Formats: sequence, structure tokens, C-alpha cells
Amino acid sequence: MSDLETTIRYILLAAAACFVLGLHMMNSPATARRGNTLSAGAMTVAILATGVLLAEDSEITTTGWIVLLCGVLVGSAAGLWAARTVQMTAMPQLVSLFNAVGGGAAALLAIGELMQHEHVSSLGARTTVPGGLDILIGAVTFSGSLIAAGKLQGLIPGQPIVFPGARPLNVLLALAFTGSAVWLVADPASTTALVLLTLAGLAFGVTMVLPIGGADMPVVISLLNAFTGTAVGMAGFVLSEPALIIAGALVGASGGILTKLMADAMNRSIPAIIVGGFGTGDTGTDQGAGGDTHVRSVSADDVAIQLAYASKVIIVPGYGLAAAQAQHELGDLAALLSEHGVDVSYAIHPVAGRMPGHMNVLLAEANVPYPQLKEMEEINPEFAQADVALVIGANDVTNPAARRQGNAISGMPILDVDKAKSIVVIKRSMGHGYAGIDNELYTGPRTGMFFSDAKQGVADLKAAVRVFVG
Amino acid sequence: MSLDLLTAVTIFVLAVLVGFEVISKVPATLHTPLMSGANSIHGIVLIGAMIITAAADSALEYVLAFVAVAFGAMNVVGGYAVTDRMLEMFKARPAAGKRGDDA
Repeated sequence: MSDLETTIRYILLAAAACFVLGLHMMNSPATARRGNTLSAGAMTVAILATGVLLAEDSEITTTGWIVLLCGVLVGSAAGLWAARTVQMTAMPQLVSLFNAVGGGAAALLAIGELMQHEHVSSLGARTTVPGGLDILIGAVTFSGSLIAAGKLQGLIPGQPIVFPGARPLNVLLALAFTGSAVWLVADPASTTALVLLTLAGLAFGVTMVLPIGGADMPVVISLLNAFTGTAVGMAGFVLSEPALIIAGALVGASGGILTKLMADAMNRSIPAIIVGGFGTGDTGTDQGAGGDTHVRSVSADDVAIQLAYASKVIIVPGYGLAAAQAQHELGDLAALLSEHGVDVSYAIHPVAGRMPGHMNVLLAEANVPYPQLKEMEEINPEFAQADVALVIGANDVTNPAARRQGNAISGMPILDVDKAKSIVVIKRSMGHGYAGIDNELYTGPRTGMFFSDAKQGVADLKAAVRVFVG
Repeated sequence: MSLDLLTAVTIFVLAVLVGFEVISKVPATLHTPLMSGANSIHGIVLIGAMIITAAADSALEYVLAFVAVAFGAMNVVGGYAVTDRMLEMFKARPAAGKRGDDA
């Protein structure tokens, strides 16, 4: 190993350490941005150092340089454009898309390495086993992430898509990729095994994600993020590149933890999500309190009076708020109330929005002061003191039915909205949430339903409150 | 460079444990930026794609390398840019009060 190469190895190791440090700094909102900058800086240095190493080796051809530079330019431009223009509500889709390209790149690495190895048939299990895993996981992630993004974007129907013979097909695909992986390890020179493994992986990614409903998609995206990390780690084994192994394992572990946290918050088990769509077999067993219950409808003026004369208001935002792009209006309304001396806070359910923390991002975008955002454990005891709980576009996470056994959301942690002195729900209709069951909160004795689109409703409230607080 | 299997596995296992430790302490509010941040870190696959490009010597291999490099670059650049955009919104700002100017 030349001196230069040794130096570059140390630089790559330092970069890997910075990735860990950067992730650690994301612990707190105060240092999170610096953490990301540190991580990005380390990545830039690592990429430049690798470029220097390639130039020094002088193994790379002119065509190679052109391919490399064009690839970097095209990829960077596409990534930058997507990152700059994406709506904050579409964030999960974008993360999913980046998962797809990351996983795809990892799979292509192993394919490329197997194809260009001169003595490919003499490659031992040391390279072929991680190589096979890399191709398989990368291919599953690539197609699976594209399907997940398509579902969230509405390009593919969000509801679970189940077709006859899906299960036998999955078993067949599993047999196909296991068989071709074993074949590839036994005979690394076999192009047929390589192609078969890639195709089986791609097909399995599609059949894995298609039957999963839109509600579970955040968990799936997080899982695929972990998959991509693992695939990159495997690529590190194939290329004997410690930086890839460290970064890949780091992301694999983080994605795993995150997936578990998300699944716990939704009271779903990861195997149950992978095996079938949301609510299959659950819905219909308990339809709540029945259909003849009384719903009290309220107007913007009623609600405005309550809000203006309350001393404590808790706002419960949900995905409906984000979908209607009403977060800016809501921020204005809350600021108006705060100025008037009302104690305003936001109750953030762990899975509010579409991913943990998604709602925080959306509210932060609307300039809501960070200290007003409170997590579930912190805010739940405060509901009893709240004069008004204002629920906007949140459904299943407020349903008291979760405290009972025998329905689709039993045991799911919920916000104790029903404990507030008065509850106002802004919602377009009495429609169901993802879980497909009636929300008992809506028919409660202290609940008023303000039927409106979230954006229009909040704007009406803002105008009405302004009349009272002058 | 070749890395013997035991060393590679050791690195992998330790990095997994570090990942568990670092991640499990992050509050739920930052999970979306965190997921996006972790997502950009696996963009390191770009380095691998560069190594593959250097060793390529047929049209098919160049095509594969090009796609891998473009995918990796998209992952890195887009990932960090969008994470930064999200985190920018979390930065400290004056508490509610001066925002009512339009009231």
C-alpha cells in the first residue's frame, strides 16, 4: 500500500467517524443542522479522496473519467432539483426515491464487480456471498421503494393490492432468488444466475410492497432504508471498502431501530405489515358505538368564541392538515391566540403526518415556535386542564376505542383528547381514518364537529377569532 | 486492497452496535430528518460506484457504472440537501409575538 493510499484510508476512516458524530448531533434540534453539515462535509472529502486515489492509480481510462463525471453531474443535478422543489408533505416519497437509487446503485456495484473480475470463476465465498446478498437486497429495495413512492404519490392505488395467487407467487420468487443466489456462489461466472437473481429480487420487491396499504407505508420506507444500508454494507464486503461497511451498517442499524419505533407507535408488528394489508381480518369485528349516535355540528363563530375565551388550548394536528396545506394558516391562528394570552400548545402523536417527526417538520415550516410542540407522553396529562382541544385532520390517533379490546386499533397509543373540557374537530365529513372504524371521539358529549376543509376551516376560524380579540 | 473476512465482519458488527446506540437516543420529533440524514449516508455507495467505473473496460460495464454513479450522486446530493432544508426550519427563531404584525 503506497503512502498516498494509506493517507486516503485514514481520511475515509475519519469520514466514517464524522458520519457517526453527525448522526449523534441530530439528537437535538439545536445541533442537528450542524450534524448534517458535518456529515455532508465528510462525505464530500471522502468522495474527493477516492477521486484522488483513482487518479493516482491511473488505472481509470479517459472514457472512465468521462462516465464518472457525467454520472456525478447528472445524478447531482437530479438530486438537487428534487430536494429543492419537493413539497414538505411529499417528503416520505422523496426519501423512498433516494432509497431506491441507493439500493439500485449498491446492486449495480456487485453486478459490475462480478462481471469485470478477470478470474471470476475463482472468486471465493468471501466475495460471492456478500455479493449475492447485495444484489438481492439492492434489487428488492429498488423496486420496492419505487412502488412505495408511487403509492404515496397516488400513482399507484394506496389500498392493499391483493391478487389471486399472490402467495404462491411469493413462495416461487423466494425459491427463485434463493436458488439463483446459491447457484451464483457455486458458479460466480454464470451470467444466467446473475440475471435470474436480479430479476427475482426486483419482482419480489414489487410483490412485497403492493399488498401493503398506504397507512403502513412509512414503516415500509423506514424498513427499506435499513435494507439499503445493509446492501451498501454488503457492497463494502465485495469491494473490501471499510468506509462502505461502516456507513452501511450504521444506516442498517438506524433504519432498523426507527422501523421498530414507528411500528410500536402504530401498534403494528413488522411481520404483520409485511404479510398483509392494514386491517385485513380486523375491520368489521367492532364497529364502535353504533350508527345512531348524536353528532353535534358547530360553526366557525361558536368555535372562535370558545378559543378566544379559553386560557389553555391544545391543537391536535394530523395528516389532513398537511394534505390541505393548512399549516401556515394554523400557525397564524395559534400566534393570534398566543398574543391574546391564550396558552397554546400542539400535541404531536409519534406518527402524526406520515412519518415520525413529519408533523414537526411541517409545523416548523409554518414558523411554529419549537417549544410549543409537545410529544404524546408530555401532553397527555395536560388534556384534562385544556379548555379546548382543537383536532385538525387527525383521526385514528384520537379514537378512545383504542383503549378497548377487539378492534383494529386496540392498544395503539392515543392522545387523550377526549379528556379535554371541550373538543372541536375540524373535518370534512364523518369519514373513516386509515383503520376504517368509527371514531368515538366525534360522537362524545363534549365534542363539536366543525365540518370544513382544514385550510378553509382554519382560515374561517382565524377571521372569526380576530373579531373577538380585535 | 483486500480485507480479510474476520476484519470486515468485525467492522460491520461494531458499526451496527454504534448505530443502535447513536440512534436510540434521538427524540421522535427529529425522526424524519434523521431518516433522511441516514438515507444520505448510504449515498457513500457512490465511492463504490467510482471504484467500479475505474475498473470498467466494456460498453456494458461503462453503462452499469454510469447508472451506479448517477444513482449514488443523486442519493448523496439530494439526501443532504433535503435534510438541510428540513433542519433549517428547526433553527431557533424569536418566540411568537412579533409574528402578529399582520393581525
